[in-house]
Amino acid sequence: MKNTHIQTTVDDHRIAKLAAFAILLHMVEAVIPSPLPGVKPGIANIVTLYVLYQYGFATAAWVSILRVFASSLLLGQFLSPTFILSLSGAVVSLAALWLAMHLPKRYFGPVSLSILAAFGHIAGQLLLVRFWLIPHAGVAYLIPVFASAALFFGLINGLITAKLLYNKR
Amino acid sequence: MFNLPRYLKLLNPKLITQHVLSGDWLVLIAGLLCVLYLFQTLWSGEHAAKVQIRLGDKIYATYSLNQQREVHVHGKLGDAVIVIAQGKARFSKSPCTTQYCVHQGWLSHAGQAAICLPNQISLELMGDAKPYDALNY
Repeated sequence: MKNTHIQTTVDDHRIAKLAAFAILLHMVEAVIPSPLPGVKPGIANIVTLYVLYQYGFATAAWVSILRVFASSLLLGQFLSPTFILSLSGAVVSLAALWLAMHLPKRYFGPVSLSILAAFGHIAGQLLLVRFWLIPHAGVAYLIPVFASAALFFGLINGLITAKLLYNKR
Repeated sequence: MFNLPRYLKLLNPKLITQHVLSGDWLVLIAGLLCVLYLFQTLWSGEHAAKVQIRLGDKIYATYSLNQQREVHVHGKLGDAVIVIAQGKARFSKSPCTTQYCVHQGWLSHAGQAAICLPNQISLELMGDAKPYDALNY
């Protein structure tokens, strides 16, 4: 029998390790009860942001998307609306990060990026909800709640990331 | 493992002054203004003036809420009854099996909506000026 090997690089291993950590945080968050479905601290995004600073955008994107796929498999939500929402949130949030990372680093730190990514996250999810799940203006009523949560948790997650990055150096 | 009080403790002044750069303040303030604006426009709490009834993808009728009235609408499954009274509106009878629309009860604020998907009828309350027109494309 022929022995087939998939060649893996150091990068692959690093992405796998970081994604595993993000998945762990995602799992922890999944068991925390939330007052409103959809309002979550998004602590797994700390990993994405940290990775973005340490290893660049491509690694961060890998970690974020892998986290969405693997977590949904573990929670039994793969290809369900929850998964698609999670994915659209992650994709738009990555797009926001990609734009935000070009801001001058002297003035815009992890806190900016975290808040912008959090807003991107809810924007992606709400657009999907509006155009696919509930094609009606009724969702508009919840937007302020989601936006406040994004700002609040975006700030805290940004502070955590800043602290992690700062302590490392 | 994950405890909320400790997580919230990260909001301490020392950490904020240490890690929030000038641009971050800008983003933070812009975000705050954005949230306030959203609250103001979407949660105006404005009492609605009119109710718009939609049948399928068409506007069936628009009534003032300032009246006492029963509207019978013939939907895909059958007759639904919509009651308008004292600035409020609701589905009072619907031929659908789920009855979500009926259980939703009275709607009174601009922007609120009740949708009966099986019967393809929906109510949407509107103020004098529709508060979030920009989201409707």
